[in-house]
Amino acid sequence: MIRALALALALFAAASALAVQPDEMLDNPALEARAREISAVVRCLVCQNQSIDDSNADLARDLRKLVRERLQAGDGDQQVLDFLVARYGPFVLLEPPRTRSTWLLWYGPFALLGLGVVGVAIAAVARVRRTAVPEPLSPEERSRLNALLSDDAASADATGEVER
Amino acid sequence: MRRLLFLVPLAVVIALVGVLAWPILEGRDPRSLPSVLLDKPIPPFELPGLTVDSSGLSAGELAGRPLLVNVFASWCAPCRHEIPLMVRLASEGVPIYGIAYKDDPAATQAFLAQLGDPYRGIGVDRDGRIAIEFGVYGVPETYVIDAAGRIRHRHVGAMTEDVARRTLLPLLEDLAQ
Repeated sequence: MIRALALALALFAAASALAVQPDEMLDNPALEARAREISAVVRCLVCQNQSIDDSNADLARDLRKLVRERLQAGDGDQQVLDFLVARYGPFVLLEPPRTRSTWLLWYGPFALLGLGVVGVAIAAVARVRRTAVPEPLSPEERSRLNALLSDDAASADATGEVER
Repeated sequence: MRRLLFLVPLAVVIALVGVLAWPILEGRDPRSLPSVLLDKPIPPFELPGLTVDSSGLSAGELAGRPLLVNVFASWCAPCRHEIPLMVRLASEGVPIYGIAYKDDPAATQAFLAQLGDPYRGIGVDRDGRIAIEFGVYGVPETYVIDAAGRIRHRHVGAMTEDVARRTLLPLLEDLAQ
């Protein structure tokens, strides 16, 4: 059982490391780790919903190599990303930067949620008002109600008498 | 009036769906991206030619008059499709230059021998590094370069008669004036 679990875990871990070929990896483990981190947030423009770290596309492989070259040349992480953005635009980043053109994307869902909360609140308040304060009966209604109730009582008495 | 308040969220959702659906209904390909290099000078490059004797292509050669730069490869099916159109345009006098992307020069030569060669000059980009400088993410791509050597337009995918006559050629004419 434990062995099966271990095997499953190993396979799961292996699945995410398929795209990066051994010959692409850098000898320096620290640089390689940074390269993997950068690759994970860079979009493969051929597949568009995969990072270049996950993608087997040719261009993804080229970009992975490029990232490693820049790192070896002494670039910082942000410099590498800037280099890619300068050529492919902000779309190359899997997490879009918060600019004016993306605010709908970033904050739209929260705005919608807020709108929903406001709507539910208004509905709830309206319902509480409606149920908690029933309008009092007008004098006419009260006298009519009394008349109806006494009618009922009278007829109940009547049937009772017949039964007996 | 207060009752209509309940329709506000619905209206907002409908408006949002409309805004987001518009580009799709308009038939815009979500995969095609505007070039970030638009209105910027072409990246400096110098590429070797197809043979040892032939001159390659460099950024300097592309300045001076408006022209098209086509990034292609013999292994790319849509490229095969657009070559005949470009051969026709070239015979009409449209200057087209080619960058052979990640292709074996021998294969490129065979490809052009078979389909015709519309290019005034070809640079061989074996490892695709210059294409990355251009922001190429899939071949074929066609760039309109103005006389000052700036990128003015990018078309991703095979060039069609429609794209050439409606977009690329009018733009070239505008730039020539």
